[in-house]
Amino acid sequence: MKVLHEEGVDTIFGYPGGAVLDTYDELVKTDIKHILVRHEQGAVHAADGYARASGKVGVCLVTSGPGATNTVTGIASAYMDSIPIVVFTGQVNTNLIGNDAFQEVDIVGITRPCTKHNYLVKNVENLARTIKEAFYIARSGRPGPVLIDLPKDMMRSSTEYKPINEVRLRAYNPTYEPNMKQLDRVISLIKKSRKPLVFAGGGVILSGASGELKKFAHVIKAPVTSTLMGLGAFPASDPLWLGMIGMHGTYCANMSSSECDLLIGIGVRFDDRVTGKTSTFASNAKIVHIDIDPTSISKNIPVDTPVVGDCRVTLERLNKLLKDEPKKDISGHREPWLDQVMKWKETRPLTYTQKDIIKPQFVIEKIWELTKGEAIISTEVGQNQMWSAQYYRFDKPNTFITSGGLGCMGFGFPAAIGAQVAFPDRVVIDIAGDGSIQMNIQEMATAVQYNLPVKIAILNNRYLGMVRQWQELFYERSYAHTEMDHAPDFVKLAEAFGAAGLRATKPEEVVPVIEKALSINKPVIMDFVVEREEGVYPMVPAGADITEMLLV
Amino acid sequence: MSNNENNQKHILSLLVENEPGVLTRIAGLFSGRGFNIESLSVAETTEPKVSRVTIVTREDVNILEQIKKQLNKLMNVIKVLDFKGMPFVQRELALIKVRARPEHRAEILRMVDIFRSRVVDVGAEYYTMEITGDEDKIAAFLELLRPMGIKEIAKTGSVALAREKK
Ligand SMILES: Cc1ncc(C[n+]2csc(CCOP(=O)(O)OP(=O)(O)O)c2C)c(N)n1
Ligand SMILES: [Mg+2]
Repeated sequence: MKVLHEEGVDTIFGYPGGAVLDTYDELVKTDIKHILVRHEQGAVHAADGYARASGKVGVCLVTSGPGATNTVTGIASAYMDSIPIVVFTGQVNTNLIGNDAFQEVDIVGITRPCTKHNYLVKNVENLARTIKEAFYIARSGRPGPVLIDLPKDMMRSSTEYKPINEVRLRAYNPTYEPNMKQLDRVISLIKKSRKPLVFAGGGVILSGASGELKKFAHVIKAPVTSTLMGLGAFPASDPLWLGMIGMHGTYCANMSSSECDLLIGIGVRFDDRVTGKTSTFASNAKIVHIDIDPTSISKNIPVDTPVVGDCRVTLERLNKLLKDEPKKDISGHREPWLDQVMKWKETRPLTYTQKDIIKPQFVIEKIWELTKGEAIISTEVGQNQMWSAQYYRFDKPNTFITSGGLGCMGFGFPAAIGAQVAFPDRVVIDIAGDGSIQMNIQEMATAVQYNLPVKIAILNNRYLGMVRQWQELFYERSYAHTEMDHAPDFVKLAEAFGAAGLRATKPEEVVPVIEKALSINKPVIMDFVVEREEGVYPMVPAGADITEMLLV
Repeated sequence: MSNNENNQKHILSLLVENEPGVLTRIAGLFSGRGFNIESLSVAETTEPKVSRVTIVTREDVNILEQIKKQLNKLMNVIKVLDFKGMPFVQRELALIKVRARPEHRAEILRMVDIFRSRVVDVGAEYYTMEITGDEDKIAAFLELLRPMGIKEIAKTGSVALAREKK
């Protein structure tokens, strides 16, 4: 417990059980806040949302066996998106491990491929050091989830706490400082470039590099796009912003990636949802790739100039070097390129048309307007997620919380709860689908219990919409099991939990419903009955060249 | 899969922290990412708490690069060494149980002598031999013994060390 204090832990998301009784017994004697979730998956997503919003390490505590297995999806999601969390799981007594004991499961084995690292504590003397290491590993380098399995007898025994001042791991030493020679190469590529494009990812947000990124893009006068995970890293209100890249990227961002002569990837990993067909991705460009994780570099796309280092440190160094360069060398001759980019932006913006049925995009635009772009937005997975990415214009980092790599339905609501715990006074909204919200709806009880005024905006199309869209486009409209006709009445459901429920069925009801929801100081479900067969566009079919976009 | 006969064979030598689960992490990395593993051997080094793992893999160079980076990323892996392009010594050990018909015994012993092998167990019908050497030597030995009837063999993976400067 002392170590948790030292690590600055103020909140734990958890769920008790036999194997963690002793830990809970100690926990209540401290001033660490405990949020009792209703399902362990919710605890992990909440810790994850807490971490994404605050930049701190999120912490969960669950019991052995089923408590532990329920965390796996949450851990995998945090792993894919490099989110720092520490998960404590209970375990049976050490002498029973391997015995198929009651509520025993090899959670260290199960989570080995989806944690950055994990531990089984076998000696209470090592407990403090292990916890220290876990927090250090979770937050340093490329962040990620770390799991600590705590056998019950370990938690029963006591030991003298000897302060540990420093964690040094022989086999782990992430590279923060970039190689200066590589940076010189980057500068000379910038000088040669006529058509540069900056391509930012979640690494920019994780390393707190947004300020440096903005400076960098303006100094070299390069337009900026980002991955889903990178939204908010660069202000959407900036004239150099092109919107998101990839499968549902903007026309302008995707065309630019294909036409640019220099692509500067920062804190990205060239995921298949971004690149489309890898052999033609950015095929006219020299590629610079800045990332703290060497395994990301040249994994999917061959890179011309790799720079291994922390995004913020690297951008700081680059910005400093750029100061000494003549302005026209590093940002001259940009007009034709910027003109071209702006033309793409103007001629093919994101669009939709609304008549008498509510369009989901409209709902998000209005949420953006009415929250002045300052809300923390989490999403579920599917069309709701992509429309949020496209239509909510994020100006600040740590305000867009989404399960990017794993694409995990049921993530958004518990993650919103975690974000609200981190920032009790900010507006936190989960933009949800009618399908996804049913995956962790039980957490409504958590939100009500702890007075967490999270807002849920369900874009209710009564479909597993994104899957339906694929069926529409690639399976001849055969909507096999994607219709969600049997759903609860979400308004009554909210009320049953002790939250508020609102519904909009016509476009003119959208604004009043959002306004009303924002004025209620408790959890609210907004049920927006939207156009059922609306699609997310542009769309690049999986594996196609990124410029082969289906437009509306 | 990337398991291609044309791909070159590579020997990786890792120094790892001697902790429970390290081997599973390494093996899991190979299976989880679809990397092919031909052989693997582990044993302690002179330094307590540090083991050496020797892995033989057959992959193209790009994948090999990725393997090395991924191995380095594992929390308990201290160092990854690739013997490509440097002189090294490599050994395997095989135990071979061969049918020893009276008319073949002299021939077997002659081969044992030529290959600097040793007979380690003599039974009524079978001899068991031990041989060390690189892969080719052991393969050649096995080829010559095959006509006499090999009952079973047990073979280690490769172990290797870089050569010192002369
Ligand atoms: C846990 C999980 N199961 C299944 C999927 C596959 N999937 C991706 S999007 C989607 C549809 C989501 O439907 P809904 O929440 O209503 O969102 P919509 O696309 O309609 O906005 C499904 C089933 C998933 N991403 N996650
Ligand atoms: Mg839906």
